[in-house]
Amino acid sequence: MRHHIGLAVGGGLLAVVVGLVLVGYVWLPADPLTFGEERLSPPSLSHPMGTDWFGRDVFSRVLVGGRMSLAIALAASALGGTLGILVGGLAGYYGGLWDELGMRMADFLIAFPALLLALLLATVLGPGPVGITIAIGVYNVPYFARIVRGAMLTLREQEYVLAARALGAGDGRILLRHLLPNLASPLLVQATVSLSTALLSEAALSYLGLGVQPPYPSWGRMLKEAQSYFALSPWPAVFPGLFLALTVLGLNLVGDGLRDLLDPSLRGLSAWRRP
Amino acid sequence: MGRYLVLRGVGFLVTLFLTCFAVFALLSVVPGDPARLVVGPEASEAAYQAVRARLGLDLPWPVRFGQWLGGIVTRGDFGQSLSLNLPVSDLLADALTVTVPLALLAMALAILIGLPLGIIAATRPGSLLDLLTVGIAQIGLALPEFWLGILLVGFFAVRLRAFPAGGFPGWQVPGRALYHLLLPAFALALPRAAYLARMARATMADVLSAGYIQTARGKGVPEVLVLGRHALKNALIPIITTAGLTLGHLLAGAIVIENLFYLPGIGRLALAAVRARDLPLVSGVGVTVAGLLVTLNFVVDLIYGFLDPRIRYR
Repeated sequence: MRHHIGLAVGGGLLAVVVGLVLVGYVWLPADPLTFGEERLSPPSLSHPMGTDWFGRDVFSRVLVGGRMSLAIALAASALGGTLGILVGGLAGYYGGLWDELGMRMADFLIAFPALLLALLLATVLGPGPVGITIAIGVYNVPYFARIVRGAMLTLREQEYVLAARALGAGDGRILLRHLLPNLASPLLVQATVSLSTALLSEAALSYLGLGVQPPYPSWGRMLKEAQSYFALSPWPAVFPGLFLALTVLGLNLVGDGLRDLLDPSLRGLSAWRRP
Repeated sequence: MGRYLVLRGVGFLVTLFLTCFAVFALLSVVPGDPARLVVGPEASEAAYQAVRARLGLDLPWPVRFGQWLGGIVTRGDFGQSLSLNLPVSDLLADALTVTVPLALLAMALAILIGLPLGIIAATRPGSLLDLLTVGIAQIGLALPEFWLGILLVGFFAVRLRAFPAGGFPGWQVPGRALYHLLLPAFALALPRAAYLARMARATMADVLSAGYIQTARGKGVPEVLVLGRHALKNALIPIITTAGLTLGHLLAGAIVIENLFYLPGIGRLALAAVRARDLPLVSGVGVTVAGLLVTLNFVVDLIYGFLDPRIRYR
């Protein structure tokens, strides 16, 4: 039963974080970019998470920063997923040269950590959200590709595929209508893993100054700023990190829970990886 | 084993070559002219052409790639840094004396913390210790290393003044150097320890449910020997592989942690190079880090094949 509890706790955490970020679109306690009089104040009723060096409300900045962090993670995972499904699908379905080419590419990409890839791309594209989204997306391609390829190898031999072919279905129809739906559950699990690593990578890159640029906040960016005056007030460094950790924890719990529910043979084992 | 070794070796060399090519290709499409960057906007046309020729930018790309790769392979020559005006190989060598010990220290910590916890948890499934390990590992996995680093600095360096907040004194006094590396190594190690604990627990639990463990218990082998001789030996194979790959992740994670703790390692060098758009330095760092990871993967593959004969004959 434990995994159901994990799924519930993870889902709850995600609902709270995403809910708060969405609320931030309609209502914010204060303007996240306006400088204030009270600098580095501890959490209080008027500023639930305190204020930063410039007197900006940390709670508002955490909510607005979450938009950027979540948007980059979603975009990067979508990019990695789409390309990965394409590469893995071609490799697994057609085999032969496609397979060899696709899988060598995947092997090789796995040797590149996301951070290194992002550093190289930042040199080419300059720092900013677009470069790191592409870098994190590309980093995720081989993981999706391997899953899809592995599944395709067994699925393409199934009788219902033979039946579809006998009825005159083309490759495209077989791939999209008959094979892809069967991949939904492993892909869903991989998506949660991918989202959580993307969030951590985005934060690390923004922390290094390669992602979201000031004055706009993202969770990683806020930690960078808070670090410099940590000795004066630790609060601005606590809350963005806490939100980041809780979101990643939520995603991981949901991923584990889904894995347990969808594929009992993998219970306890998980394809964990970190950037 | 011979066939396995040759196959793996060839694959390793191909991957290494592709890695170098990818770094080169990616950095060849950088907008902006590196030669213009070096001479500055005021320079004369002749000076500009001279720098272009010195950097080899007037040659076609296959020639440039050949020269660059040839220099690395034959002489360990990565070119000259544009921003620091020093040989890239010297800069890399200096940086590695910080990054490699940091990664090794972090790996040792991660193994020392993670493995015993995971293995003990697996032998007592459902116990309080097991639940605690699983819970703490789940939380540890969600912690970003650099947030952990900031909090560790805040508590141990700023509040308690027990550790230095950053910087590196060099290896003249090894004890002092290690003292400076301990806090960053902890920040790097804790999320990895969580990963290893989970992995060790899952693997050990898997092995403990195998038939030969039941047989051993059934024929009256003492529990200590069942765990130590029968179970642990088999569980260690995947665990060693994971631990090896962990070192690769630690090398990458060090990029962020070094910037947080002001350690003059490969991560600081990488960021400085990117900021200055110092292409020879960026490509040197890229090839070094990616090359180290590819080599690590290769070594882990070999160890795996050595430990588990089934892998060799697949």
